[in-house]
Amino acid sequence: MNDKRDSTFAASRGSGEIRQKRVQVGQRQKQTGNDAHARYIQVRDHSFFYGTTQVLYDLNMDIPERHVTALIGPSGCGKSTLLRNFNRMNDLIDGISHRGDILIDGRSIYDPYLEVISLRKRIGMVFQKSNPFPKSIYENIVYSLRVAGRNRRAELDETVERSLRAAALWDEVKDRLRETAFSLSGGQMQRLCIARAIANRPEILLMDEPCSALDPVATGKIEDLIHQLKEEYTIIIVTHNMQQAARVSDRTAFLYMGRLIEYNDTEKIFTNPTEEQTEAYVSGRFG
Amino acid sequence: MKTRADRRTPEDTADKAGHSRRSERPRGETFVWMTAMGLTVGLTMIVFLLGLVVTNGVGVFWPRRVALVEFREDRDTRFQGGTKALGVITIEQDRDVRDLTIEQSESPHAADRREKQLFLGNRDAFGQAFSFFPAGDIQSVTYPDDVIRAERLEWGDALFFPVRLEMEDGTAVEADDPIFHSHLHRLVEDAAARRAQIHRIERYEIGRINLQMHQLEQEERYFARQDSLTDQQRSEREAVAGRMDELRAEYQPLADRAAELRSKQQRDILVYRLVTGEERSILVGQIVHHYYPNRLGVAGRAQIFAGQLWRFLSGYPREANTEGGIFPAIFGTFVMTLLMSVAVMPFGVMAAIYLREYARQGLFVRAVRIAINNLAGVPSIVFGIFGLGFFVYFVGGGIDRMFFDRALPAPTFGTGGILWASLTLALMTVPVVIVATEEALAAVPRGVREGSLACGASKWQTIRYLVLPAAAPGIMTGLVLAMARGAGEVAPLMLVGVVALAPNLPLDGLFPFIHLERKFMHLGFHIYDLGFQSPDSEAAKPMVFATTLVLILLVVALNLIATLVRNHLRKKYTADKF
Ligand SMILES: Nc1ncnc2c1ncn2[C@@H]1O[C@H](COP(=O)(O)OP(=O)(O)OP(=O)(O)O)[C@@H](O)[C@H]1O
Ligand SMILES: [Mg+2]
Repeated sequence: MNDKRDSTFAASRGSGEIRQKRVQVGQRQKQTGNDAHARYIQVRDHSFFYGTTQVLYDLNMDIPERHVTALIGPSGCGKSTLLRNFNRMNDLIDGISHRGDILIDGRSIYDPYLEVISLRKRIGMVFQKSNPFPKSIYENIVYSLRVAGRNRRAELDETVERSLRAAALWDEVKDRLRETAFSLSGGQMQRLCIARAIANRPEILLMDEPCSALDPVATGKIEDLIHQLKEEYTIIIVTHNMQQAARVSDRTAFLYMGRLIEYNDTEKIFTNPTEEQTEAYVSGRFG
Repeated sequence: MKTRADRRTPEDTADKAGHSRRSERPRGETFVWMTAMGLTVGLTMIVFLLGLVVTNGVGVFWPRRVALVEFREDRDTRFQGGTKALGVITIEQDRDVRDLTIEQSESPHAADRREKQLFLGNRDAFGQAFSFFPAGDIQSVTYPDDVIRAERLEWGDALFFPVRLEMEDGTAVEADDPIFHSHLHRLVEDAAARRAQIHRIERYEIGRINLQMHQLEQEERYFARQDSLTDQQRSEREAVAGRMDELRAEYQPLADRAAELRSKQQRDILVYRLVTGEERSILVGQIVHHYYPNRLGVAGRAQIFAGQLWRFLSGYPREANTEGGIFPAIFGTFVMTLLMSVAVMPFGVMAAIYLREYARQGLFVRAVRIAINNLAGVPSIVFGIFGLGFFVYFVGGGIDRMFFDRALPAPTFGTGGILWASLTLALMTVPVVIVATEEALAAVPRGVREGSLACGASKWQTIRYLVLPAAAPGIMTGLVLAMARGAGEVAPLMLVGVVALAPNLPLDGLFPFIHLERKFMHLGFHIYDLGFQSPDSEAAKPMVFATTLVLILLVVALNLIATLVRNHLRKKYTADKF
């Protein structure tokens, strides 16, 4: 592992809360075993179609638990489509179909006996365009608990504080939790959406260009956040920003026209890629 | 210092000027004018219509002076054989040229070609309440101080000079006695109080007994129709007979009390003199209220105005609706509109949710949507016919057979009533609500829905917690439109429960308080009835305007409430992003 991660560990070590989490993490690792840990999400011969247009071609990749995996590639190559397949968000679109399979923790997400809702409860998602609900800041965060029927006041309060602290937003909004979420700035809204996505303690966090609308300061805050969150969550992030991918991710997948061109450790992809196309893309020569 | 022009070369300046003349020509402005013109035309028409309704509608209640008009001896115009007429000058206008004689049309006096309309009152004596007189034949117009204008229970208003009051005990007070005025005033007030009391007794106390008796009678008739009775039915029949006797016993003292009050209304008599010199008399109990129109200052007039307006809004109609108030019509319209809203909201919203959120968007849904839109264009009378056939005869008849079989053949729900009228209008306005709701649902950003689903919410939870609240303002807009359309509708209502004169309100103090099967009065139908069905359309005209004004105000008030609710919702659920 590289120095970037070490420095993040150092940064997060101040919080006792996170140290406690690492203990839990260790326990979970023992149960699942190292092999399963490295192949937490398995994409197997996965193809995807909008109507008759194929946008993903026979993807195969193993995504490790509690690491950050970045999806990069030129616009329209299918990054969002792949990301949205992990929590079956594409089900909303008429006329979609797929081939192959995606397994999370060994179980197919297309299993007809698996309820999509319970799948989505395990997966948080942050969208490219921040989408706070037209409710108060507080209600935004506890939404995933409320829809799960958990309404105990103490639990909700605790969740709000924990999530907002994790999303580095607590200090800015702690006195205005009852105000509408629309009163926040663009960057604050995006952090609110992150807080909302982790409120229900999902296992996986999907992020689709979370920083595309943010200034460098807010982007920096969110990147710090990702470093902290991967202690606890498996993160898959789509980004157009090569520096960002290099900064935050452990593994990087390069997609091109619906095909997985290269998938490897981030360091390798950016310093010594196997494929020519990858090199061309990361060095900014096309895309 | 150089001016700006100094700094330019001549060619430069010329070029710039020529260029700017071309490019700065206000190209789009013709369209601005055209759109503005469209708005202006629309606004003018609305303002004109509203102005007409408001001035005519409000003017009805403003007490105007009563003129004593004397005709020239040398002309032929006479009133009831005399040279005087007493009345309120309502219109002054040019006479129809075809009615003019040659001398009149060539006369140097413009007055010869004009005419005045007088409201004469005293329909019982003169036969007509309004009359036109040629202005040129009028010698003088004066405003005598002691004229009284009295609103009566029958025959409309009377304009007269008081003569004396004859009391029951044989005493009399002459009109020139200084106590005459206060005396008359007190007697009229007493009579009004007694009238209210009689009304209360007859409508509520006796009304309740009548209602129960009516139901018992139906039971009795039902038992009488049966060939043979079971033991249980026989005992039931006896119970009915016993209850009937009880009610009769209760009824008698009330009827006596009412009769006693009624006889008191017959005691005092006001003798008055018409402009023709004829003396007449009226029971004080017949006078609703009275005033001296030529003695009033502005404050006094305003007071009379407020009183008349209040009696109009809160009173019950008299004399084939041309006199008295319109309270039952206001109330009927209000209750019907509310019932309609209650019925149309859930249906419209549920249908729209299904169409927009659950149904597979395809050819079929598109066809359904087109059908709904076209439903809004179906003539309202068609809905009336449907309401009559389906709600009244089919559903109502079915309810009668199932639950009110003892009352048959007299229908209970199997005839027009406020419930069926509301449902018919709800059916008529449901497309408006569906279309508005669908648009409102479609306007909820996709991101919000996806965010909710990503949080593990079900589709229904998403709709329930996020989509519906966000769409609520738009849904309220649909309701506003539906109410405006429903409240102003008349044609279909005539088939399904509106009547010119309903004996009872659909909501009152008698159990079960809300009587959905009752026929009711409606402002729109009231306008039609006054304007086209009353014997004296001239006399009814002011009432038509006043009623129209009330209808418009009622619709505006209902809309205002809905709009306030909508704005409240909008503030609560939406705010600008960024
Ligand atoms: N709902 C849809 N219906 C049909 N085609 C779609 C739909 N959404 C995306 N596509 C197509 O699928 C392909 C992949 O789209 P996707 O959104 O996954 O690209 P992306 O890699 O996320 O691009 P970007 O970086 O611009 O966000 C594109 O060619 C796009 O046009
Ligand atoms: Mg994308």
